[in-house]
Amino acid sequence: MTTEAGSETEVKENAEESAAPPDQSEQAKQESQEVANAEGEEKGKEKEKDGKKITRYLPTWFKKQKSQSQTSPTKDVQPTEEPASKATEEEEGPVPEVNGHAEDVEEKEEVKLEQVKEAEAESHSNASTDTEPAKEEKVEEGAERSSDETKKTKEAEGGEEEKKEKEQVEAEGEGGDSQTSIFQSPLRLVRKTKMKVVVCHVALLDGTDFTCEVEKRAKGQYLFFKVCEHLNLLEKDYFGLTYKDNHEEKCWLDPTKEIKRQIRSNNWQFAFSVKFYPPDPSLLTEDITRYLLCLQLREDVASGRLPCSFVTHALLGSYTLQAEFGDYEPEQPRPLDFISQLTLASNQNKEMEEKILELHKSHRGMTPAQADLQFLENAKKLSMYGVDLHHAKDSEAVDIMLGVCANGLLVYKDRLRINRFAWPKILKISYKRNNFYIKIRPGETEQFESTVGFKLQNHRSAKRLWKVCVENHSFFRLNAPEPPTKAHFLTLGSKFRYSGRTQAQTRLASSLIDRPAPSFERTSSKRISRSLDGAPVISITEAGRDMAENGREPHLELHSDSKSRLRVHGDNIYVRHSNLMLEDHDKTQDEVLKHQASISQLKRSFMEAPPPSPPQPNQWEKRLTSSPASIRVQQQQVVGAPQTEAASPDNTISKPKEPAKTTEVEIEETVVIQEVSKAAKPGLVTVTIASDAEVDAPPAEEQETQQDSAQVEEEVAAEEVQQGKPESVSSESESEDEAEYQPEVSVSISQTQIPEEKEEEEEPEKDDRDKGAEEQVSALEVPSLPAELSHPAEETIQEEEEEFRKEETDAEEKTAEKEKESERETEESTEDPMVTPDEAPDSPTPPVETVAAAASPAPAEEEEEPKVNGEASLVEVEPRPQVICCSEPPVVKTEMVTISDTFAAQKTEIATKEVPIVHTETKTITYEAAQLDGNGDGEPGVLMTAQTITSESLCTTTTTHITKTLKGGLSETRIEKRIVITGDCDIDHDQALAQAIKEAKQQHPDMSVTRVVVHKETELAEEED
Amino acid sequence: MAGLMAGFGQYTHAVVRGIPASLAQEALRSSQAEVDLDAARREHDAYAEVLRTRLGLEVVELPADETLPDCVFVEDVAVVCGETALITRPGAESRRRETEAMKEALKDLNLNIVEMTDENATLDGGDVLFTGREFFVGLSKRTNQRGAEILADAFKDYAVSTVPVFEGLHLKSFCSMGGPGLIIIGSSEPAQKALKIMQQMSDHRYDKLTVPDDLAANCVYMNLPNKGHVLVHCTVEEFPESVKVFEKLKDHMLIPVSNLEKVKVDGALTCCSVLINKKANM
Repeated sequence: MTTEAGSETEVKENAEESAAPPDQSEQAKQESQEVANAEGEEKGKEKEKDGKKITRYLPTWFKKQKSQSQTSPTKDVQPTEEPASKATEEEEGPVPEVNGHAEDVEEKEEVKLEQVKEAEAESHSNASTDTEPAKEEKVEEGAERSSDETKKTKEAEGGEEEKKEKEQVEAEGEGGDSQTSIFQSPLRLVRKTKMKVVVCHVALLDGTDFTCEVEKRAKGQYLFFKVCEHLNLLEKDYFGLTYKDNHEEKCWLDPTKEIKRQIRSNNWQFAFSVKFYPPDPSLLTEDITRYLLCLQLREDVASGRLPCSFVTHALLGSYTLQAEFGDYEPEQPRPLDFISQLTLASNQNKEMEEKILELHKSHRGMTPAQADLQFLENAKKLSMYGVDLHHAKDSEAVDIMLGVCANGLLVYKDRLRINRFAWPKILKISYKRNNFYIKIRPGETEQFESTVGFKLQNHRSAKRLWKVCVENHSFFRLNAPEPPTKAHFLTLGSKFRYSGRTQAQTRLASSLIDRPAPSFERTSSKRISRSLDGAPVISITEAGRDMAENGREPHLELHSDSKSRLRVHGDNIYVRHSNLMLEDHDKTQDEVLKHQASISQLKRSFMEAPPPSPPQPNQWEKRLTSSPASIRVQQQQVVGAPQTEAASPDNTISKPKEPAKTTEVEIEETVVIQEVSKAAKPGLVTVTIASDAEVDAPPAEEQETQQDSAQVEEEVAAEEVQQGKPESVSSESESEDEAEYQPEVSVSISQTQIPEEKEEEEEPEKDDRDKGAEEQVSALEVPSLPAELSHPAEETIQEEEEEFRKEETDAEEKTAEKEKESERETEESTEDPMVTPDEAPDSPTPPVETVAAAASPAPAEEEEEPKVNGEASLVEVEPRPQVICCSEPPVVKTEMVTISDTFAAQKTEIATKEVPIVHTETKTITYEAAQLDGNGDGEPGVLMTAQTITSESLCTTTTTHITKTLKGGLSETRIEKRIVITGDCDIDHDQALAQAIKEAKQQHPDMSVTRVVVHKETELAEEED
Repeated sequence: MAGLMAGFGQYTHAVVRGIPASLAQEALRSSQAEVDLDAARREHDAYAEVLRTRLGLEVVELPADETLPDCVFVEDVAVVCGETALITRPGAESRRRETEAMKEALKDLNLNIVEMTDENATLDGGDVLFTGREFFVGLSKRTNQRGAEILADAFKDYAVSTVPVFEGLHLKSFCSMGGPGLIIIGSSEPAQKALKIMQQMSDHRYDKLTVPDDLAANCVYMNLPNKGHVLVHCTVEEFPESVKVFEKLKDHMLIPVSNLEKVKVDGALTCCSVLINKKANM
């Protein structure tokens, strides 16, 4: 067995998959391999002049495979291997039924994403025929629902339900599977369901093609391990599999994610490549590893990716000849054309070949392994060795190249290196949309960090670069991979982290390799054209998904100081561990003192663990169970009413007080869904939080794909509340989404992770979200959130997220929607803009509440019912009437504000300087006509919502814009939410952001968050404590 | 066949060129100092003699050209690394024709000649610091980005990083190599700043030898058989304090060479020769 412990663990992880499928797949693979071999032989004979070698090669290879297979622990239980039915899905049959769910999920997903594709893809398989119809039906249903939703409000709920279902399904797909496997798998091993098996073609470095079958839902690592097993490669951590996305861009297959969700096409073609070029190949343990590295480098040189001089070219070529053919034999001079077959150089010519031969002569007596080593010793010195180049533009739009390598990030202009950022100098790596940012550690003489930004071709490019950076840094600089989520560090956006072993780990593992040097056949490198080009998949939805591979990638921009230029871009921020960072302290650039404050704040918020607030999870639970000490303020929004201020105690936040900050969180969600009936809605949410006070800005951003802006508004108000509650219940798919984004108030942004790309809200994102949600939940700090605002849950939302506080927000949204009717989701007309501190003694809110209450009969109210907490005395909420301007009948939204004990505690802290008694919230919802109609799709409507929550220390204003556009058959809904939090105290903008995002996600599960911008404005003088 | 990047400092040949009489009056200079032509020629002869007899290099001496007053500074017109020679396009218009004789001489040495024909490119060899592992190219009054790019294209094996030169004529007006991984650097602020940039840009670590005088930081390093590390540097008369620093290099053969006159026309020690390693073909 070549498989290592790692693989085993993996197997465990994928209980279900690992259990039966692998074996099956192995068998299948074997079979496939046989076939492949046969084919290979044929090809080889035909093509290869050196037929002998190949023939030799194949047999051994073949044997190896068999032997391995034998050794491999395969479950005989599922003896029947469909020898002939490789391609047929029925082979999948052996796979445990657990997959039944999975299939459903897949079906749905596919339906949306791949409807067309799948038909094609599966067409070849017999089983597929059966399944397909079902899928189609589902799809149709979905379409119907969606359409209905657009037209009917209630139906909207149905749509959400669908979402839920999907999410759940997805959840099951990942987490659920494992569970199911654990519990049910044994039973389900029955082959009822047919696991779909897909044939993967992997182009190997020697130019051959490796074919194996994998379960359709297999994760990347499964395939990777099969390949490594085939290659008899133990030091596999330097390698990886690549595929081409729909844009023909080469991407690394994430081992921890399902293959299907990454490739997003039916073209299961991959290439085995070196992912991390070892800086010192001589430290590799096995010759076979070096051989594979040589193969990669030969191609790199030949393709021009690894430029080198004429002399070096010839030298490398000569070592290749020595390794492949042994000593130069004068009597048997190899024709030049022979050499050229090796594709040693892209610009070969006679001179080159002669030089190669001349040098080859000098290598007499060198063994292949020695020749490889010499090859590597020279190749590694090339300046571009192991440098992964990415096209980019600098701030001045000048074309440059960014090179990621073991040592850091290199910046090239043309062929010149114009800058270099060693890993130790980089504090943070992030990307937002097509922008890629690195935050640089200040140099010796510098006081401030600087952030350098680059523009990439598009969002995908930025994400790809970001991921490569994260992986390279982790591999070369860390002793152990960084856990996906770090409580203390800011990780916005993608949770993506390098999951494999680091170089240190792999070296250690390699040192333990105890096996006789495996014999392997070198092949004259006649490469079979390695085309990863698969038939381009066309589903529109998938395009969106591409981005989301790793889960949503919300682009978050944190502008620490809106005034100062310091900006933290949170889309995907990768913060390096302190231990790494400490190495070099070079100060590169001077920054303005002004920035310092902001920077320091950022540091705190990002680098520091969230304020000493009790573990969020607890609070969440409390809230879920109706925490005792929390005071809930209901916010009611009156539609048509100008603006009402609802006192929102929520804002008071536990976090350390910081100078007033303004945080804008803009979340742009773009979801393009082919709508038959649905209109895909990209929602833009802009949350601007300006906090003078300590209040953690709870900007809420919500994107409702189809849902209307009203929801968004509500969310804003509700954000706080939601944050508290947010779905510790990860079980729900929606919550998951939220979790990732969760900008819980209390939770520092650092804790919250934002999915890499929100654009792909769909399945992949959800999965990520789920994960993230859980994580976040744990991380959430309840205390940080002073008050929770519970909004009447929207019906749809409520249904989905009853557990979550979203209800309130949802409710609001719903109300808004209802008003407009354009929003199908208008669950309950009740939109209570106001937040009434039910319990708050002094809260002036009562009046407001009354108003709101009157206005909002929203169903949410029930849920929202104010809760009186013992703390209530501490915190007084003054709800101010909220006025919502709507062309339509006024809707009152009710929001619940809950003040948690923690909040009280915080308050007490604050109390020293401030009296946190009165909280006021104001919400204003303004509808602008168009959407009045129930049919959102027909008319573009603009919903504007302004919500202001004011506490003594904080004032939060939320503005929401909703824009719908129709393009062709697609309708786009864009929701932009802007939250401004102003306070005397420290504002945890991070939390606010997290909340905003989370809420947005929750409220608009259908939509993706495409942009999040946080602006902070801080006044130094105001720093407290 | 030595591998890539082996044998830094190993040279077999040197190309020098005589001093034309026109140097005294017409050579470009940043100061107004008057040059004693005879003294300059004596210095230069001594310099060549060190290379020839003391260090045993094959010295190719090109005849002076009166129409090219700066022609003695051959370093600026050619960058030789390994078996490739890049014929530059000097930043000073008056020096462009200096390349002709150099090109012929290098051709005769069987080097692969690469010419810089781009009219937008300028490069003086004095702005090129080769460390053995990579190139640093100073962007100065004489050298521009395009010139550096062409150099990078000519020497693909190596990283080529650009370094802004704020003061002084050339990058090597305040620095040079003192051995493998050892950069001799002047102590002026611009020099130190440039060093910092170089260190930041490099994947390799360099030791630095800081000397009080920027001009003294320009030395000629060689690693010669039977002689080991050789450093041709300034004399005590010129920069006594800096010489004290050099004298701390216990492993180096220190050879002080006077450069009093040529420095008046911005000539440094490295400027007066192009060093070539043809051992492989010998």
